[in-house]
Amino acid sequence: MLPLLVHLPPMENDWISFDVPSLMENFWSATFDGLTFGAIYALVALGYTLVYGVLNLINFAHSEVFIVGCYAVFFTLSNLGFGPSAPRLDIWAIILNLLLALVVAMIASALTAFVLERVAYKPLRKRNAPRLVFLITAIGASFTIQYLIYLWRGPSPELALTMFRPTPIFDVFGTIVDSQQLVIIIAAVIMMVGTERFIRKSRTGRGIRAVAQDPDTATLMGVNKERIIITTFVIGGLLAGAAALFYVMKIPSGVQYSGGFVLGIKAFAAAVLGGIGNVRGALLGGLLLGLIGNYGQILLGNSQWTDVVAFVVLVLVLLLRPQGILGSALGRSKA
Amino acid sequence: MSMTDGPTPLPEAAAAQAAADREAVAAGPGSSVTPERRGRPGIFGAWGEKWNALPRQQQWAFLIVVVILAYMLPLINPPIITTEPGNNFALACFDMARFALIAVGLNVVVGYAGLLDLGYVAFFAVGSYCAAMLTSPDSPFLHIPYLWTIPIAMAVTMFFGVVLGVPTLRLRGDYLAIVTLGFGEIVRILATIIPAMKGQVGFQNVGHPPGTEADGTPIFSNSNGVPWYWLTLTIIIIITLLVGNLERSRVGRAWIAIREDEDAAEIMGVPTFKYKVWAFAIGAAIGGLSGALFAGQVGFVNNQKFDVTTSILFLAAVVLGGAGNKVGAIIGGALVSYIPLRFTAIAEYKYLIFGIALVLIMIFRSQGLFPARQRLLAYGRTAYQRVAKKDGASLPSNGKPPTGLRPDRDREKGIQA
Repeated sequence: MLPLLVHLPPMENDWISFDVPSLMENFWSATFDGLTFGAIYALVALGYTLVYGVLNLINFAHSEVFIVGCYAVFFTLSNLGFGPSAPRLDIWAIILNLLLALVVAMIASALTAFVLERVAYKPLRKRNAPRLVFLITAIGASFTIQYLIYLWRGPSPELALTMFRPTPIFDVFGTIVDSQQLVIIIAAVIMMVGTERFIRKSRTGRGIRAVAQDPDTATLMGVNKERIIITTFVIGGLLAGAAALFYVMKIPSGVQYSGGFVLGIKAFAAAVLGGIGNVRGALLGGLLLGLIGNYGQILLGNSQWTDVVAFVVLVLVLLLRPQGILGSALGRSKA
Repeated sequence: MSMTDGPTPLPEAAAAQAAADREAVAAGPGSSVTPERRGRPGIFGAWGEKWNALPRQQQWAFLIVVVILAYMLPLINPPIITTEPGNNFALACFDMARFALIAVGLNVVVGYAGLLDLGYVAFFAVGSYCAAMLTSPDSPFLHIPYLWTIPIAMAVTMFFGVVLGVPTLRLRGDYLAIVTLGFGEIVRILATIIPAMKGQVGFQNVGHPPGTEADGTPIFSNSNGVPWYWLTLTIIIIITLLVGNLERSRVGRAWIAIREDEDAAEIMGVPTFKYKVWAFAIGAAIGGLSGALFAGQVGFVNNQKFDVTTSILFLAAVVLGGAGNKVGAIIGGALVSYIPLRFTAIAEYKYLIFGIALVLIMIFRSQGLFPARQRLLAYGRTAYQRVAKKDGASLPSNGKPPTGLRPDRDREKGIQA
């Protein structure tokens, strides 16, 4: 059966063609690149997962929280003299500049998330509005932010911004792992482990888990629910800001008004894949989705297939294992 | 009482009282998307009350006048309302009708069943591509007359609706929202990257309905909006009547039960999954229908016409008009199309305006301009009028149910459903 499929008639090739040799050849480089993208997805996915865990709400505007972070990175770094070509600075100066951009992006994204929660969601929560109303508000807010940016910056992407020239670090199976991939993966994993520990160990983290489990009981036990909700939004925003820096590092010309939209869907798919509401699940789902997307893209021969593959993964997960790989529920993660 | 016993039959008087209670509950604050809907009927709500109080004949007479006026609209070309000189008014009318048809379809999904479909443009796109690929000389497939593509487009989009709906509708409503949002984008990407879909090159000379003028030019030409507008308006009327019938049937009651409280509906024996898939598939089919009409009128289909942002405009149309109200959906759809065409100065800001409008409507008036009136869909007009007059007072002491209201039969049906 399979050899028959390989010799498809020409009409069939108009639809979808598979390039298996290319995947074999580029397998390891696709793996490292996939993990890099996966780390970024995972950081954004955490924002979806936390808010979903606490409020049971898909925060559609989280993709815009992320894109605001991208613009913050862009403006900070271009004001510091970064441009399309790699900067002529010594390594410590670059690190310092990037740290500054990271802090600015995190603050900008967290602020966006904060304002969003106060302006759009809090009035609805006070009124105890039905779920549909929340979702429509979320998508409306996302749309509003996106088109505010559009009116301000126009439809075309911003100038490319190279932060540093990736240098080869080591060699795996004949494929070079460069400094950029390493920085992104390590930094993202550190942040995620930090978030996980924060939620598991700290007092606020315990509050988040309590509200996720049962908001009413948590309130009776003296947890300030409103404060926990706003904290959750802000943590999601901080992580999205960090993801924005890594995203611009990976795709220098990716800052565009609509740039958050598809990434948001991929990050949500990652969260569902790992188990929505599950902090470790977001990491696992993100990395897996990055890998699957990258393999799919090389197999099918066009970078836009990444999005299609991510979407198909989302639908398949919902069909086969809707609770995700590690199971959902923020509240039930081990104390 | 064991599970197998079934319900104990109530005495007739008690049954009628129970029915009256249910009506009172259905008419009460909990009846719709927002709890406070009853409290603030607003201007349009007041009109609705007056309208409901009119006798049937007057309602029909009024409706016929409105429909005739609607048909005459592009010929009259009223001076202040017209979109000229900026946009051809007949084409603008077609665009308004297209949006209205889409809103009627999306209203089935969002308004009746309470499912959030954020990728409605994808079904619209699938319908357009169906019509284009079966009629355009650019496509290698078999070619059929244009009018045949309309049912085919509806069937194909319905199929896509079921394929998307089955995995997601078993879960909570949120998943449907994100999956449809993704689907909206994916269809556009697939149209770009699959060679057979011809990406930006697209399909030229999509077919149109038969018929020529005396001088040999086709009646349904791309530049003349009037025949297309009439065709679409006729389809809107047919679809609205069909959807209205569904709304008053067991299907419609099931949808509303699902929207109000899915768990309660499931417990009462409503097969929620089945009816959710139906709502989604019917909505998708109407989207495909409007897509096929659009492809025929424009005559050219490529991947640039189906932005996912357009779906949000569709959603804004339904929400603005009042989710769950088909008249509201038609007016909302027409408005969302009309405002940017009429006021060309703000056309550039339309996405921002409707985005902000979505948030503001949800925060301050989530029932939209025309609040849904499904207070007594289950019991028909007679019962509605009786209760509306009494407004919460109990039924006459003899406990006889009003004509057309057969509580015990309805009760049993409800339980078996």
